[in-house]
Amino acid sequence: MAAAVETASHIRAARRGSIRGSRRKALFWSYFFLVLFVVIFLAPPFYMLITSLKSSGEISAQVNPWWVFHPTLENYLGLLTEPNFVTFFRNSAVVSLCVVAISMLISVPAAFALARMKFWGSATLATGVFLTYLIPESLLFIPFFRIFAFLRDITGIEFLNHWWVLIIVYPTLSVPFCTWILISYFASIPKELDEAALIDGAGYIQMLTKIFIPVALPGIIAATIFAFTVAWADFLYPLAFTTSADQLVLPVGIVTTLIKGDVYNWGQIMAGSLICAAPPLIIYAFLMDYYIAGLTAGATKG
Amino acid sequence: MAQVTLRSLVKRFDRTEAVRGIDLDIADTEFVVLVGPSGCGKSTTLRMIAGLEDASAGEILIGGELVNDLPPKDRDIAMVFQNYALYPHMTVFENMSFGLRLKKFPKAEIKERVEQAARILDITELLQRKPRQLSGGQRQRVAMGRAIVRHPKVFLFDEPLSNLDAKLRVQMRTEIKKVHQKVNTTTVYVTHDQVEAMTLADRVVVMNAGRIEQVGPPNELYHSPRTKFVAGFIGSPAMNFIPCRLEESGGGGLTVRVGDGLVLPVPSGRTASYRAHLGKELILGLRPEHITEAHPHAEPGTAEFAVPVDVVEPMGMETMLYFAMSGTQICARVSPETPASPGATVNLLADLRHMHLIDPTTNQVIEVPVASRGNAQPSADATALRRGVG
Amino acid sequence: MAEAVMSGVRAPAARRSSLRAIARRKPMIAFMMALPLILLILLLVVYPALYSIHLATLNRSMKRFVGFGNFLFLFKRDTFWMVVKQSVIFACTAVFFKTLIGIFLANFVHTIPTKGQRKWRGMLMVSWVIPTAISSITWFWLFDPSYSAFNWLLAKFFGTAPIPWLGEPLWARFCVILVNIWAGTPFFMIMYLAALKSVPEQLYEAAAIDGANWWQRLWYVTLPMMRNIISITVLFSLIVTFANFDIVRILTNGGPVDQTQIFATWAFQVGIQGNDIPLGASVSLFMFPILGVSAYFILRGVRRRSQEI
Repeated sequence: MAAAVETASHIRAARRGSIRGSRRKALFWSYFFLVLFVVIFLAPPFYMLITSLKSSGEISAQVNPWWVFHPTLENYLGLLTEPNFVTFFRNSAVVSLCVVAISMLISVPAAFALARMKFWGSATLATGVFLTYLIPESLLFIPFFRIFAFLRDITGIEFLNHWWVLIIVYPTLSVPFCTWILISYFASIPKELDEAALIDGAGYIQMLTKIFIPVALPGIIAATIFAFTVAWADFLYPLAFTTSADQLVLPVGIVTTLIKGDVYNWGQIMAGSLICAAPPLIIYAFLMDYYIAGLTAGATKG
Repeated sequence: MAQVTLRSLVKRFDRTEAVRGIDLDIADTEFVVLVGPSGCGKSTTLRMIAGLEDASAGEILIGGELVNDLPPKDRDIAMVFQNYALYPHMTVFENMSFGLRLKKFPKAEIKERVEQAARILDITELLQRKPRQLSGGQRQRVAMGRAIVRHPKVFLFDEPLSNLDAKLRVQMRTEIKKVHQKVNTTTVYVTHDQVEAMTLADRVVVMNAGRIEQVGPPNELYHSPRTKFVAGFIGSPAMNFIPCRLEESGGGGLTVRVGDGLVLPVPSGRTASYRAHLGKELILGLRPEHITEAHPHAEPGTAEFAVPVDVVEPMGMETMLYFAMSGTQICARVSPETPASPGATVNLLADLRHMHLIDPTTNQVIEVPVASRGNAQPSADATALRRGVG
Repeated sequence: MAEAVMSGVRAPAARRSSLRAIARRKPMIAFMMALPLILLILLLVVYPALYSIHLATLNRSMKRFVGFGNFLFLFKRDTFWMVVKQSVIFACTAVFFKTLIGIFLANFVHTIPTKGQRKWRGMLMVSWVIPTAISSITWFWLFDPSYSAFNWLLAKFFGTAPIPWLGEPLWARFCVILVNIWAGTPFFMIMYLAALKSVPEQLYEAAAIDGANWWQRLWYVTLPMMRNIISITVLFSLIVTFANFDIVRILTNGGPVDQTQIFATWAFQVGIQGNDIPLGASVSLFMFPILGVSAYFILRGVRRRSQEI
């Protein structure tokens, strides 16, 4: 429209830069780069799938590695009959579920208290939660290693090389962020809602269970996903604290035991990797929106 | 019986004093509106009655019982919030019955009470919906329903209409008035909108800066404001405030001199009350409807003058003229047939029988006994009032 | 439990003081609710972190106090300085490219019609969702010296000779950074996409009317509006990337000859595998300064942003 009032000599230039034209151009390039990046980003998982369907003969054959010519499920069947792998999966599942439960039990009430009920030092604690979240596991695994040995000497309980030790240490990774997400979700619930509940005669516990948890359900789902992902995917702690084959969780198990000496059974490793990657992928496929909302809420509000 | 009594109520937040000593008696079944600009302490007062804020000093009595130390749920009050505060995950029925369920009322009674309230508010068919499926007006009704089902001693409304659009607001205003007539419960209503205050209230409480400026029935506030704040706050467009000087005229009468030239006669009944302020710089308060077009049959107590008009605002039913006088902008309300146009000079008539004189040192309106005001035109006043607040 | 406490206290309490009692009880209940969190932070984060400082001052058998001995020993070793250099290169390069690609991807996703955005975003997030250890082992397989699928592609289309991806220091460094970018970019994209959605559409319309092209809109409208969230994300990712373990550990295990070693992997090798816990603790403690500085700025950014909102 602005172009119409321009002088004739400008019309051609104006049309090239017209909103519809530039929009079409932007769309074209957007799709072009999106396709390009999706190809790059999906190449490794695709290769994982392809390899997992190959026999060891085809893997070492000099053919196009990006395609499977004789698909077979022998790698998957091999894994399912391998007792170690089933143990890894079970350990991972039990650890992750316990960590999710513990994280929620700790962070939901704590976030409620921090978001709504001021008490002495609550602001400091909220900041502390955030700082704790920033402390990486690579800083803590060495002292933990020593503390567990130390505790064994005192209590006689062996912490190291037991899968359940992960249930103790994983909450240090999951709880701070879960609490942080939930604080921002709880804080976004209008204050009038608790006041209405207060007038309706609800106590603090009822306010939490009957109002806050149902209303902040998307946030709770996001926190649950986060806790699960952290517990399912962590590599450093299990690598440092567990060694026996029957105590390993999936990521460490796949990386350390399926590689026997120098012989890499790549078909089986990739099949195992895919099985390990599947639960998070499935969860994200269905609950991605909750998680993204929680992630961005946690990072932008506070 | 549920009167509400506030005695020397004070609320301090950290260093600021939001409410600075309020005394108020609200009778049983009375509808009282607290009105004032934002930050005047009206909401804080309401929240102290509800028990959502602790009173820093003073006493709150509901039904004769001191409730300062009771938690909200034990005060037997119900509150309607500005943003409705409906529980988003519950149906309308669950929302309305939540309080009763927490108090472990029998199921049958809960159902009966909710249905009765739903009938009063005409929301029976909405009971199974969630709040997000409701329109603004419907949510407002549900919020009121939640208050009604509890059969409280006192209803508290915190700016309940300010989230609605203008048309719906007028409709819900009537609705609230109707509901009050049906359930007849003592009501304290907070708003910043003086129109809402005037139309709803049995008595209006005008608050400013944490204090009560004036309490009274709507008409009284409109016609006999006691302070400059009330005079300016009630009525729309607002009362004109014109700096003036009170002078003696021949024959024992008084005049007000506005700016350099214009001298307006004070109606004779008022001279006795005003004489003490002779020679002082004062503020003349005159509502727009009391500055009209000059007409040939001028009555005593009115004065004609000519001014150049700056802005003409036709409103359909009437037309507003704006002009400058002694450095302030003055609004006059004339008939829509006015030939006035910007820049042109018009003859206007000031009706000084409705004048107020304000002492700028105290901001108090100089009191005049009703009998000697010389504005005994109740019917004309009533129409003026309706126009003034509508 | 708290309910029981509340009703138990109210009955005997004098009326006048019951609200005060609630006021006192409310912080108490809140404190009890937050107590597990406080204990977790104190016992499982603060204590180990402080303990690691203590550990760093002991000798190898953890019997004798050596003060700064471990640090002084580290300063004299070339490997340590190599690790410092490599950690900085690794973190800075990776974060730079993650930011850059993240911004562009977010813009592309934001440009296309809303209906399809979810699908594209989902596909681009896969690399971030897969556990890093798992994707690293896949990349390891892609970089395999004899069966590398990349080498096959390069030979097929460009006739390039096989590249020793993880065998030569330079290539190995490139690879660990590449995998980190691959795994971390989606996080940036998500954050920026959320930030983009919060930029009012009218600003773009106003810029378009002012004659701004795509680049100018990005530079003059989008980026300034996103400045705060970009800095938070960058600093946050800087910490995470700096402390990274999985990728380097699996891809190169620090090799060849410690050329790709970063703090976390070297601390693991020295402390756990080399069984010199104090030295390992000393190494990992070097992450503290970068962590502290980043945390300070993140916190400032978050506070500012929450004030803006």
